[in-house]
Amino acid sequence: MSAGNARINIRHRDTGVLQIGFAEKRISDALVIQQIGEEIGKAVDAETKPRVLLSFRNVDFLSSAALSMLIGVNTRVKSKGGRLRLAEIKPDIYQMFKITKLHSLFDIHETVEDALKGF
Amino acid sequence: MTETPPPFQSSASFGPDAGGLAEFEAALDRALAEHGYSESELFAIRLAIEEGVANGINHGNRRDPGKRVELTCKVDEHEVFVAIEDEGEGFDPNSVPDPTADANIEIPSGRGLMLMGAYMSDVRYVPPGNRVEMIYRRSVSE
Repeated sequence: MSAGNARINIRHRDTGVLQIGFAEKRISDALVIQQIGEEIGKAVDAETKPRVLLSFRNVDFLSSAALSMLIGVNTRVKSKGGRLRLAEIKPDIYQMFKITKLHSLFDIHETVEDALKGF
Repeated sequence: MTETPPPFQSSASFGPDAGGLAEFEAALDRALAEHGYSESELFAIRLAIEEGVANGINHGNRRDPGKRVELTCKVDEHEVFVAIEDEGEGFDPNSVPDPTADANIEIPSGRGLMLMGAYMSDVRYVPPGNRVEMIYRRSVSE
């Protein structure tokens, strides 16, 4: 359930995985990226050992600053002994992950269903 | 026979909040579509512009509210030319660490230059480095 001008929407699945989607189609504005990072950070901090799934289904475009924010989320989740997975990344955006070799840093899946398996 | 649209050219300048960039990009997207560029090509060109402008704002102008980043784009059916110039002192692009090196993979910055180089056909930094000129050349299909 998202509230107000939230940049993300969050739901807990029955399995205890924090499933997060993005309200923005374009994630490139510095302020938007900062807000997204803060909202995800709050959700992660509320979990003891966070298992987080980020779905990019709604995202058509993102910048390198957004990649930096995701690295920060990954670090934060790992510092709590948790796990982060990304899913539903469109091909043009996935190409950015490959160019920057971040596809080897993140645990990326094609679908949410695949990402939830064995989480 | 479809007529070739006339070349498109536009310039704008941006302060630290990049106000007006979304509108500029929307006009550019329309021009690119009219000239037959694909969605993936739009993505690549838009990304290079966003990264270049962000670098100009954050690193060149150091977010000084009194400084602007100038953006110029020219589009025709063969190529897109982009020039981005800030009011900073310039820099040496060769001094930026490789963000794909194992030791750097988790550092938060440095990927903008890499992405610009990956997506554009040519990228040239005009000394002292506060101006970048980029060209996207369309592939010629037989």
